Amino acid sequence: MIREIVKVRTRHLLAGVVLLAAATPAYAVEELVVDLSSTVVEITAGFVGSELLLFGAIDGEGDVVVIVRGPLRDEIVRRKERIAGIWVNRDELLFTGVPAFYAVASNRPMEEFLPEAVAAKNWIGLENLLLLPHWKQPYAENYDSFRAALIRNKQRQGLYSRQPGNVIFLSGRLFRTKISFPTAVSVGEYGIDVYLVRDGKIVTVDTTLLNVRKVGFEAGVFGFAHRHSLAYGVLAIFIAAVAGWLASVMFRES
Amino acid sequence: MQIYLPIAEMSVNVFLILGMGGGVGFLSGLFGVGGGFLMTPLLIFIGIPPAVAVATEANQIVASSVSGVLAHWRRANVDVKMGLTLLVGGIAGSSFGVWLFTILRGLGQIDLVIKLCYVVFLSVIGVLMLSESIRTLMRIKRQIRRKRHHHYWIHGLPLKMRFRRSRLYISALLPIGIGFLVGVLSAIMGVGGGFIMVPAMIYLLGMPTVVVVGTSLFQIIFVTANVTILQAVNNQTVDVVLALILLTGGVIGAQMGARASGRLQGEQLRGLLGLMVVGVCAKLTYDLVVTPPDLFFLGRVVAN
Repeated sequence: MIREIVKVRTRHLLAGVVLLAAATPAYAVEELVVDLSSTVVEITAGFVGSELLLFGAIDGEGDVVVIVRGPLRDEIVRRKERIAGIWVNRDELLFTGVPAFYAVASNRPMEEFLPEAVAAKNWIGLENLLLLPHWKQPYAENYDSFRAALIRNKQRQGLYSRQPGNVIFLSGRLFRTKISFPTAVSVGEYGIDVYLVRDGKIVTVDTTLLNVRKVGFEAGVFGFAHRHSLAYGVLAIFIAAVAGWLASVMFRES
Repeated sequence: MQIYLPIAEMSVNVFLILGMGGGVGFLSGLFGVGGGFLMTPLLIFIGIPPAVAVATEANQIVASSVSGVLAHWRRANVDVKMGLTLLVGGIAGSSFGVWLFTILRGLGQIDLVIKLCYVVFLSVIGVLMLSESIRTLMRIKRQIRRKRHHHYWIHGLPLKMRFRRSRLYISALLPIGIGFLVGVLSAIMGVGGGFIMVPAMIYLLGMPTVVVVGTSLFQIIFVTANVTILQAVNNQTVDVVLALILLTGGVIGAQMGARASGRLQGEQLRGLLGLMVVGVCAKLTYDLVVTPPDLFFLGRVVAN
């Protein structure tokens, strides 16, 4: 509840964020103020990826780390092996609680201002990401190579990224960063953590939520296909049959 | 113009898909082939997940078979009794095929199986087509005397039935068996199976050529409809948006192809189709054999 109120106040403050930055520090009650250009990403028929702008202000000196984390899910990594000249899927490892999306941005390379121990403790950065094998599996001996492969594949799809320098300070206190989502982005609740780091310590964290969802026709089709799959199949056939019949009629007339 | 496919969960260019539907539709109109065996690999090439490509193509084939069968129906070139007998095997085979598909998908081997099936069948068809057209082009026409009714061991099977339209008296097990095999392929490869069904009907069953295509199309409608429903229920891989774009292009292409068929040199075109089939097959084989840039990759987690 209190958090809600603080959030609302944050929004009002941000309306005049430039003014605030110029005003006397005595009024700036919070050390870190953050806002998003939009709290919803909508996947529509014309979706080709999306970009959001995150902006904020800090009070005093410091460095900023922005982490965007997608919804958690299971992810399977497979390794190909050559059998009789053909590449066949052999070993696999199922990871659980893997964020569908993970982007780390900072105003300068993190190792310059954030001690590795602090980053590890707070699971900040791709190398500190908590990626656990599913409990059902026996201990996987090649865990490290599979873990690296998971991150590498996600990076190739544009779903995981490391962007030192993508947080841009406009003045000493105002900053902004661009968050890019590719077409392959997953739907769900995203958390955006903004860390303020000063003297190698995390001073404060601000968490904002972001919702990625399918809307309109796309959402309807997807939901229908998963919730009423039998009816969906029947409808798909019906549409095809009618289209085929129409084509036949048109063909006959011409 | 990009459009986001809700089931494939990716963005594609509408005109590319329309063009593919049109191109394959043109060939179908020209040669009277279904086109599924070209369309599914093409969809895989542009990055559609193989499972989605197969299921969606089954849905599209329902449309093209309906429009194809109506013309044959008007000329009474459909042997309904034979069609229904084939269908008994077809429904069983395609249901078994989708079951197999779902299991292979869970094991992470479905993409490989789909591609291998294509490599095997496309290489056989492509080579047959090419050699046939080369032979004709070189005018080495060998006279092959073909008896209408061979007598193999298969004709001694029980459960004999009379098929009046086809003027046949054969064991029902034979069409049921053929229907079953083609049904399995239909489910796994996303094809109608006409390219196997038609030769099997002529050479194995000894059906008159005039009813073969109509009867084949008749049973393909129901087999692919069965595949569509089962894929939708078990795997949720039927993308209606993709199917709609494909069949729009397909309808236009098929019309143009049918009109062009009278005006074009048949044999050269058959050779061209053969080349295309061999080309698609070569590309699939290359992808299976060449060392991938990354040996590790992410699979789809199939929810139980």
